[in-house]
Amino acid sequence: MSAVIDDHGHADHAHGPAKGLMRWVLTTNHKDIGTLYLWFAFCMFLLGGSFAMVIRAELFQPGLQIVEPAFFNQMTTMHGLVMVFGAVMPAFVGLANWMIPLMIGAPDMALPRMNNFSFWLLPAAFLLLVSTLFTPGGGPNFGWTFYAPLSTTYAPESVTYFIFAIHLMGISSIMGAINVIATILNLRAPGMTLMKMPLFVWTWLITAFLLIAVMPVLAGCVTMMLMDIHFGTSFFSAAGGGDPVLFQHVFWFFGHPEVYIMILPAFGAVSQIIPTFSRKPLFGYTSMVYATASIAFLSFIVWAHHMFVVGIPLVGELFFMYATMLIAVPTGVKVFNWASTMWQGSLTFETPMLFAVAFVILFSIGGFSGLMLAIAPADFQYQDTYFVVAHFHYVLVPGAIFGIFASAYYWLPKWTGHMYDETLGKLHFWLSFVGMNLTFFPMHFVGLAGMPRRIPDYNLQFADFNMVSSIGAFMFGATQIFFLFIVIKTIRGGAPAPAKPWDGAEGLEWSVPSPAPYHTFTTPPEVK
Amino acid sequence: MADSISLKKLVTRLLGVVVAMFVFGFALVPLYDVMCKAFGINGKTAGQYEGEQVVDQSRQVRVQFLSTNNIDMPWEFYPKHDELTANPGAVNEMIFVARNPTDRPMSAQAVPSIAPSEAAAYFHKTECFCFTQQVLQPGQQIEMPVRFIVDRDMPKDVKHLTLSYTLFDITARHPPVAANTGG
Ligand code: HEM
Ligand SMILES: [Cu+2]
Repeated sequence: MSAVIDDHGHADHAHGPAKGLMRWVLTTNHKDIGTLYLWFAFCMFLLGGSFAMVIRAELFQPGLQIVEPAFFNQMTTMHGLVMVFGAVMPAFVGLANWMIPLMIGAPDMALPRMNNFSFWLLPAAFLLLVSTLFTPGGGPNFGWTFYAPLSTTYAPESVTYFIFAIHLMGISSIMGAINVIATILNLRAPGMTLMKMPLFVWTWLITAFLLIAVMPVLAGCVTMMLMDIHFGTSFFSAAGGGDPVLFQHVFWFFGHPEVYIMILPAFGAVSQIIPTFSRKPLFGYTSMVYATASIAFLSFIVWAHHMFVVGIPLVGELFFMYATMLIAVPTGVKVFNWASTMWQGSLTFETPMLFAVAFVILFSIGGFSGLMLAIAPADFQYQDTYFVVAHFHYVLVPGAIFGIFASAYYWLPKWTGHMYDETLGKLHFWLSFVGMNLTFFPMHFVGLAGMPRRIPDYNLQFADFNMVSSIGAFMFGATQIFFLFIVIKTIRGGAPAPAKPWDGAEGLEWSVPSPAPYHTFTTPPEVK
Repeated sequence: MADSISLKKLVTRLLGVVVAMFVFGFALVPLYDVMCKAFGINGKTAGQYEGEQVVDQSRQVRVQFLSTNNIDMPWEFYPKHDELTANPGAVNEMIFVARNPTDRPMSAQAVPSIAPSEAAAYFHKTECFCFTQQVLQPGQQIEMPVRFIVDRDMPKDVKHLTLSYTLFDITARHPPVAANTGG
């Protein structure tokens, strides 16, 4: 054991985890809770993934083969909700729980009991949400964006459960975010000034502020729906003086920052990984921090780029178009910095690095299609087609999801004490890479040719591209079962990992042994 | 860290932000109405006519009328004429007809909209059946007027306006007995 691990003055703490199942139910340990979050997110990833498989199976050929259109709608809705709120967000919270205290030299999260509560709200929320699929009227079928009046006047009975599930997820995220902010602002080791913090910590700090700013707006949005449905108000009902377009404004005021909530922590993780495998410090640390902050700021003033066709005035179209394009500037700064970090570095391509490099390249493709969508007059053609689906999957799959995979491989040795199998890791990468591109690249073309999204059938001319997409999707889906196998294999054995398995790595997390002991940094480390 | 504020204070402040943002979500509702008014969108036409009461004989504007029934609304609902020609500054009138063909009393609300939105700020309604709700007995038919003035200051390039109404069935929300007969 290294000298940093010192339990002096903490005689009241247990030295190791409690035994049995109750360890997980009652734990307030940041590593345990991080692990819970990560496993929960992975389960949801498989569940949301299986919904996607239903969608792709139905779209394998034109015509209606496998599911009823009504069920298809529930699948697209649940896929989106489960992936966004169940897989991507909890995975990042899990990474934050595990790594932020280790990276800033804190013994735990600042509010450990609340941490336990915010995790356990999630299984409750998703049980509630997924159970609606088995109710007589079916589950939510109005898309993950749940536009009114589809989600109010014309919604299935189960919409009330959906609303409560969103409330629970919102409370969970808000508590998680408060915890992250409190940990980062209050528990940094002496000498760890803000501008010395690893970028993963920085991006999470900014993400947490985004979360506490917009999750309450989402909660307000579903509360208004609840009142329209049950208490006779007319926030979103034109008949009573309200307006369905108002719903879209409220939703996207949350929704656009939300997409950055899903990508900023990935930016941070990639900014840890690329320097490690380039064996060079990150190029432009300060500009990275400012770029992240400006992306977060700009994300509040671009929401109507999702609503170019609802009839906003011309000045509005122009404002939101230019504001959206402006986001490409700080994003470009980041991509430039990652590329410069690699420039003339002594690069090696272990699995985390492969995922990180693919992240940079493929995320940029998603950024470019985003710029195309940002051109208001052009968006009149793209809106609600598969081009939008292609765009957001390019930023979310090789963006958020690859960021999570990269982090998982990067920190697995620290979590488990074993090295993962490099050959299998690389295989996982290449299968995911090929599968993901096969799935989503053709969607650009069918989208530009006019194939609408969220429809279970399509015109014959889209058949070939859709079949390719479906094959890619099955491949990508199966590959993730393989990832589960790799992780379990790593937990159960493998070459023992040294405290610092990556020779180019920097940071406090590598100063504790692998696997990280149950309690770390009970006496704060000194940061020069 | 010694210089950081206490945990309790920090958490209280963050919770304050959460509450403020929740309230802000609801504040978007009136804010939205203000913006719609400012930009003349969503049928939010201008208020009272305060310009000169002199008719501008030098130009004419075509005003077209549309009527739409919201989904499941069984009433017959149409304007007596599809369009009229209006001189800015003059008071114009169009009659809309509504009939309840069902065998039960029903109430309805018409929601207006005007296009193009640049012109909305120059369109003044002095009377409109959309200001109130309508109640019709089975088989009853009514004629409902809308009176309006097109502003003398309306940009010269607008030569053509469309005033459209969507009729909503609000029987469930406002049972016909309670409401007044409008029109
Ligand atoms: C350069 C940066 C980006 C630009 C300019 C951009 C622009 C846009 C625009 C204009 C739309 C609306 C398209 C339409 O509905 O017609 C859109 C949709 C979307 N974007 Fe982006 N985007 C960017 C980055 C991102 C990132 C980083 C994410 C998430 C990680 C993201 C996620 C989404 C999602 C989920 C949608 C679709 C929402 C829906 O309708 O279901 N975007 N984007
Ligand atoms: Cu957006």
